[in-house]
Amino acid sequence: MVDERISEESFFSKVFKKPEFTSVVGVIGVFLVFFGIADEAMFRLEGVLSWTEQAALIGILAVGACLLMIGGEFDLSVGSMIGFSGIIMAIMTVEYGFPAWISIMTAFVIACGIGFINGYIVVKTKLPSFIVTLASLFVLRGLTVAVSRLLTDQTLVGGVKEASEGDWIASLFGGEAFTSVFIYLGNMGIIDTFDDGTPVVTGIKMLLVWWFGLTIVGVVILRLTKYGNWIYATGGDEQASKNMGVPTDKVKILLFMGTAFCATVFAACQVFDYGSADAQRGLLKEFEAIIAVVMGGALLTGGYGTVIGASLGALIFGIVNIGISYTSIDSDWFRVFLGLMLLAAVMLSNSVRKKIMRS
Amino acid sequence: MKKPIIQIKDVTKHFGNIIALNGISMDLYPGEVMCLLGDNGAGKSTLIKTLAGVHAKTSGVYKIDGVDIVNPSPEKLLNAGIATVYQDLSTIPLMSISRNFFLGREDVIEKKWGPFKFLDFKKADKIAFDAMREIGINIREASQAVGTLSGGERQCLAIAKAVYFGAKVLILDEPTSALGVAQSSMVLKYILQARAKGLAVIFITHNVYHAFAVGDRFTILNRGQTFGTSEKATVTIAELQEKMAGGKVIQDLSEELGEDSKNL
Repeated sequence: MVDERISEESFFSKVFKKPEFTSVVGVIGVFLVFFGIADEAMFRLEGVLSWTEQAALIGILAVGACLLMIGGEFDLSVGSMIGFSGIIMAIMTVEYGFPAWISIMTAFVIACGIGFINGYIVVKTKLPSFIVTLASLFVLRGLTVAVSRLLTDQTLVGGVKEASEGDWIASLFGGEAFTSVFIYLGNMGIIDTFDDGTPVVTGIKMLLVWWFGLTIVGVVILRLTKYGNWIYATGGDEQASKNMGVPTDKVKILLFMGTAFCATVFAACQVFDYGSADAQRGLLKEFEAIIAVVMGGALLTGGYGTVIGASLGALIFGIVNIGISYTSIDSDWFRVFLGLMLLAAVMLSNSVRKKIMRS
Repeated sequence: MKKPIIQIKDVTKHFGNIIALNGISMDLYPGEVMCLLGDNGAGKSTLIKTLAGVHAKTSGVYKIDGVDIVNPSPEKLLNAGIATVYQDLSTIPLMSISRNFFLGREDVIEKKWGPFKFLDFKKADKIAFDAMREIGINIREASQAVGTLSGGERQCLAIAKAVYFGAKVLILDEPTSALGVAQSSMVLKYILQARAKGLAVIFITHNVYHAFAVGDRFTILNRGQTFGTSEKATVTIAELQEKMAGGKVIQDLSEELGEDSKNL
């Protein structure tokens, strides 16, 4: 028996209700705009890599921020965590001569510990995570500057490249992947090379690999495991989840550790790519990550969103951020566009949610 | 004679110097619907939470299948077959029907893949779809959000879930209080279905008509005490109403209101 009130759903309505809908529309939209107005160099290999790298930086953070936002919380300390983890790695490697891999591991352990503390305070005090992590934003940034000045008399630590030479864990963050493919493509004349035959672009930065990797892990956890179910439930209705036996406190604490982990991946990629750490690095990144997540169709109130959406949001961010310098528009306008896109995305996803609940 | 599945005797619960339950006694048998009636503040929710393991009793006896319950916790009682459906707090509107159905019980739909365990949504969707259809709720697909269901359908989903996972006792916390007539009758019908399957049901309500429609026995709670349990054959709706109001008949109430409205 089929209920006569259940009409067949139109294809358009089905597509419209997918959580990734806003971000896919956004990506297509900005692509079309930049195809129209940007210099064609933006879509050559070098150009493509420059905006995908920008997207990857935001995307790495967005994966963690997305899972946490679906779980119903925010982490504003992500940006400060980048500076903090970076300084730990650089000072340990350069000033104290630890092998790079030990410095990296230490930074990860400390960062996840701080993520744990953030989560523990939020869960135990039931204060809004917005306030709790705003406090850690300042504490961490202040601590980073103060400690690095105390130990090294400066807030910028260089020479990381030399100190981490040959360390394969360091090259997992700062190195390049698929270099042989690019040499091969150069030899075949498919991509541009210098006069001596070495390709102009020698490989794909590891941060891109991390972005893809973290996105896949995030998608799998959220869609296919019970932990994903718990994350949606915790953000959807915490009390109901508790009634059904979901360990919501544990879920939230782990998600805060996840954002700290992602921030440290970001920091490691930058430190071992640039060869330096700066206590001021990562400024405002927490907001950029949240913007990407929201452009990806997640709800600020939790319980709804996807990791693919967040990564597409990061891609939009990268295209607009870098793409604008390939146009005749002054890059001062970037933030204006970003703010407007954010507003449009929130309005769109709000109407999507209403449609889902009405069906 | 059947053995009771739940036995409570002289159960008390104190919160500091507030006495929420002051000596509650009640037996519950498989295949019966026991209605717990009481006005606001009578101690209904404290009693539910004590039965569900959220609160530990202060004194008295709480036995399931003749076994004393010590150090209760919600998980422990859930595993003992006591499932509680809280009003408005047993489904998550933004999640799909099948995700809701298996929330907290994901092990049933997990399948191994190397060292990892993934959820089998094909299986989950099918089970949830069939379970909903069995209780007469037609859904388009199990992947649609629970927010698209009506209040009555959400209650039925939560009950269907408890039944599927082998609950022996269902504790329903005012499942009909926020529902219209048609929605309520859907839930009431499903309560009878659960009873026919041999489950014991504790149905909490302050709507005497709903209680009388499905209940076998009625226990009235007033100020943390039981006013005794009555069989359906020995009691009328009017009597229940009167007991529930603590001796105050509706007639008195309307007279009182009449007095007040004159003074307005």
